[in-house]
Amino acid sequence: AMAGDGGGSAEHGGPPAPERVLFPPTFSVSEIKNKQRRHFMFLRWKQQQRKEKLAAKKKRRKEREALGDKAPPKAIPKTIENQRVYDETTVDPNDEEVAFDEATDEFAPYFNRQTVPKILITTSDRPRGRTVRFCEQLATVIPNSHVYYRRGLALKRIIPQCIARDFTDLIVINEDRKIPNGLVLSHLPDGPTAHFRMSSVRLRKEIKRKGKEPTEHAPEVILNNFTTRLGHSVGRMFASLFPHDPQFIGRQVATFHNQRDYIFFRFHRYIFKSEKKVGIQELGPRFTLKLRSLQKGTFDSKFGEYEWIHKRREMDTSRRKFHL
Amino acid sequence: SPQIVWSMLGNRQFCSYKMTTKTQNFCRNEYNLTGLCNRSSCPLANSQYATIREEKGRCYLYMKTIERAAFPRRLWERVLLNKNYEKALEQIDENLIYWPRFIRHKCKQRFTKITQYLIRIRKLTLKRQRKLVPLRRKIERREKRREEKALIAAQLDNAIEKELLERLKQDTYGDIYNFPIHAFDKALQQQQAESESESDAEREEEDDEDVDKREFVEAEDSELSDFEDMDKLETSSEEEQEEEEVEKKALHSKSKGKTPLKGPARRKRPYIEIEYEEETEPTTKTKAA
Repeated sequence: AMAGDGGGSAEHGGPPAPERVLFPPTFSVSEIKNKQRRHFMFLRWKQQQRKEKLAAKKKRRKEREALGDKAPPKAIPKTIENQRVYDETTVDPNDEEVAFDEATDEFAPYFNRQTVPKILITTSDRPRGRTVRFCEQLATVIPNSHVYYRRGLALKRIIPQCIARDFTDLIVINEDRKIPNGLVLSHLPDGPTAHFRMSSVRLRKEIKRKGKEPTEHAPEVILNNFTTRLGHSVGRMFASLFPHDPQFIGRQVATFHNQRDYIFFRFHRYIFKSEKKVGIQELGPRFTLKLRSLQKGTFDSKFGEYEWIHKRREMDTSRRKFHL
Repeated sequence: SPQIVWSMLGNRQFCSYKMTTKTQNFCRNEYNLTGLCNRSSCPLANSQYATIREEKGRCYLYMKTIERAAFPRRLWERVLLNKNYEKALEQIDENLIYWPRFIRHKCKQRFTKITQYLIRIRKLTLKRQRKLVPLRRKIERREKRREEKALIAAQLDNAIEKELLERLKQDTYGDIYNFPIHAFDKALQQQQAESESESDAEREEEDDEDVDKREFVEAEDSELSDFEDMDKLETSSEEEQEEEEVEKKALHSKSKGKTPLKGPARRKRPYIEIEYEEETEPTTKTKAA
């Protein structure tokens, strides 16, 4: 290291020639004590690496062309979705057990068209401007929904009243410092309750290039990427918010897209320009949700039976592991 | 003696419990009866003094007399007051009998205030408490970053468009949109390449007009900005209808039986058989769903 250091220091004065920087293999850039020199050496080393990489790439490309048709297929780049840790609860489309479960769970009456969804949207105490407006917009997006303000009423007491008045779902938007940041979605007659953290809420006026107001038609629903069992139940929860028969005249579509455990909600109006092309125009609010907990019964924070809770220390250990 | 204590400490700024503000002086001493820094309410400057203090929801009467001035450990005598408001007042009275009026009165006032706020605490705990959950900055930042990256990876617009086109292909929309499928097109082209007779001219015209236009069904919704070819479409559809009839006859005459597709299906354009009847109202070939 000392010899290498001497060599390095001798070179540092003027623009050194890279040929003379052939250090013995035991040399490493981090052993130079002088920060300036170390930095300089490191930059030089980086340049070398880049050159080598470029040369290797060129070589590979040449080989590829030389082989022509017989060349091996291009390597697929690794993405997080590719490398995702396989979740054993991933649902196979043909799984009978899952199908049976879904036929008998709490959403069966909805999917059998026995119940019409009726939604109650409310907030935490004393909602401020943004939350209020967001609630209103959400009410226009979801057909057959009503907004009621909560003036200090306990959730546990309004739930039986809702059930009595035939509501099927309850949405509570939690607010913090004038912005909505949480969503509790509860399927009412004794259904599961999901608690989400909500972020990046954009109201209609903040969306660029938006269209006109959403009309009263029932929108279609797109649920993307809900693969695991948990994802399936959450997806069904979302689906049960909207009427089962969308009105295609309205040409509106509500999308819940799950990507790496973040659920993005968008509301668009689409038009088919041709058979292969469709144009979409965003209307309506947008927000992202992250599931925090899923509870078996209706909202009950103390005695409820939790089906799934996000435990940071256990579940956030791997960057490639997702639960929805 | 108390006068000296007062003149040294209280009157001037030497008392460490004294807090001065623009309009008033406060006393931070925990045994102070009124909270203000006065000659009559300073616990240090009065040899005979009493206070009410509450601990864990129970009120106590503290008394200090001149006899115990030499024993700091035993200085303050404590009496637990009754939970009942009136009985406690009587207790105060009997303990502070023959004491100066000021101290008695202030003690009772203080006791009243304390019981009132205790009642309020008990009432509030029955209502819903707001639980404050502290945010963890590192975690918040991490989540935000991951969300942004997930958004980029999601490519939402593409995904939605793909899904919609899928649904179109799988015929979930039924009869609303009438786009011919590709196989049709190919067969049509073959058919047209073979048979190049009288209807060729007509076809050429049609091709020129409708090379980019497809039949749209949303004539009413003129609000949509995507909808550029609205006007052209309406006129073209009218022309189309007229030509339709002509062409149909022409095609019939030419049918060689080579292609399984017959009649209007052999044309390149999207066919609308129903147009026949609704010739007068081109706009109503919308989705009559």
